[in-house]
Amino acid sequence: MEPMAIVSIFVLAVFVGFEVVSKVSSTLHTPLMSGANAIHGVILVGAIIVADHSSTNLELGLSVVAIILATINMVGGFVVTDRMLEMFKGKKK
Amino acid sequence: MSRTLYDLIGLAAGVAFILALKGLSHPKTARRGNLIGAFGATLATLVVFFYTNPGSSLPLNNLGWILGAMLVGLAVGVPAARKVQMTQMPQLVALFNGVGGGAAALVAIVEYLHLGAEATTAEVIFTVFTVIVGCVSFSGSIITFLKLQELMTTRPVIFPAGRFIIAATLASVIGVGGWVVTALGTTPLLVLAALSLLFGVLFVLPVGGADVPIVISLLNAFTGLTVAASGYVLDSVLLIIAGTLVGASGTILTRLMAEAMGRSLFGTLFGAFTAKPQEATGTGEERPVRSGSPDDVAILLNYARRVVIVPGFGLAVAQAQHTVRELADMMIAKGIDVAYGIHPVAGRMPGHMNVLLAEANVPYEQLAEMDEVNPTFGQTDVAIVIGANDVVNPAAKTSPGCPIYGMPILEVNNAANIIFLKRSMRPGFAGIENELLYDPKTMLLFGDAKASLTKVVSALKAL
Repeated sequence: MEPMAIVSIFVLAVFVGFEVVSKVSSTLHTPLMSGANAIHGVILVGAIIVADHSSTNLELGLSVVAIILATINMVGGFVVTDRMLEMFKGKKK
Repeated sequence: MSRTLYDLIGLAAGVAFILALKGLSHPKTARRGNLIGAFGATLATLVVFFYTNPGSSLPLNNLGWILGAMLVGLAVGVPAARKVQMTQMPQLVALFNGVGGGAAALVAIVEYLHLGAEATTAEVIFTVFTVIVGCVSFSGSIITFLKLQELMTTRPVIFPAGRFIIAATLASVIGVGGWVVTALGTTPLLVLAALSLLFGVLFVLPVGGADVPIVISLLNAFTGLTVAASGYVLDSVLLIIAGTLVGASGTILTRLMAEAMGRSLFGTLFGAFTAKPQEATGTGEERPVRSGSPDDVAILLNYARRVVIVPGFGLAVAQAQHTVRELADMMIAKGIDVAYGIHPVAGRMPGHMNVLLAEANVPYEQLAEMDEVNPTFGQTDVAIVIGANDVVNPAAKTSPGCPIYGMPILEVNNAANIIFLKRSMRPGFAGIENELLYDPKTMLLFGDAKASLTKVVSALKAL
């Protein structure tokens, strides 16, 4: 991809990231952190891509470990965030 | 599937992540936000299986290995997330973050091995970045996990010449990074990974007390950036968007958390470099404290008009949230005005107490935030501090130079009577002596919070 396009995507995403969380009550800090943590679990996509084009056993072995770790991060992250938020239900201000 | 469709679906997942973060920022939409995020992640994962990379064909190579590894991840991650107790939530988040960072570093290493001499300089630079930051995030998160799980000391670990060792490690990490870029080859990269892991450990060891959650949040933002950098190497717009979003929002969140605790982000970030051995706290001499019995506490409560309950980590440890609610309900039945004073960082993570009390079905209206409750302590007859210490320590206001100086506190010292439920005289997570414990209007009730509260409840019933 064009380097300029990548830089643009990066810079715009930085500002979106800043904006969406600029005002958060401290009650939600932990679930928000946990949710963001789950989102970076999409590195799973990267792990699957490298596993697909692994050409040696070493590469495949490392990518398998990466897939396991990334799946734990992603799935565990969303599940644990949901559990935290479940407890807030029906208690809106 | 065409590249355009693949990228469009990736973009949709990216939008889902933006909506997820937006949703998670408001109490009403938080749960939906999380589900939108999970939807985006699922979509992004599924679509990879249907896209043919140039020079390869469907189904994906090594498909069995890929699916098998995902099943293993599911088998580990889901039960861990389902079964963890609310008290252990913070360390689980730290652990999940760490494995994410480890995954990003591994992806970068595999891609580097695969590209070999074909890698462009830019790709190598991004690989170096991912390996360094991913490894730091991995080992750093493991240390925060060990600290929060109390498998190692929660105090800052400071060793002689620590900051020089840390600075030297950082310098060699950067140096070896440069070596990888110029010399290429597998050995330099593995040396880089090992040094980065070491740096992660050294970076987190000197952090203690209330700063641990801030570090988790910071490492979370770091992991986000590594995902963005792998996105560049793997030519995936989705990874760039998702990683950058987490990196940016994580940085803001880290700053917000630091503000809530009255810490400077800079101080936390570079704490490792500036940490000095702390002076011994307290003079070591035995000072008299007033300890009471559950009956004394019950009598005090029975004749109070307004009671504020201040929960802390001790409540979480003892799993006393249900018992405290029972006590509160009894007092309300007696016509006593009861409120919970919630410090934003009580417990081991911001919002920890809200989650716990919500689990015990404490009505939301009874939970008062710090700014709301502080002006009312003057009219409060009894403040019950349950397993909290640092968040009510007046030293945060009165003694410059103490580690929590400047942190806003719950001003229980303005209440007419203060009851501390404590396990022992041991200081709080930050390791600072609390003068309030020696105050003449303070009464201490030693023991496990749940056991003590149960005794107070039965004593109050008997009155």
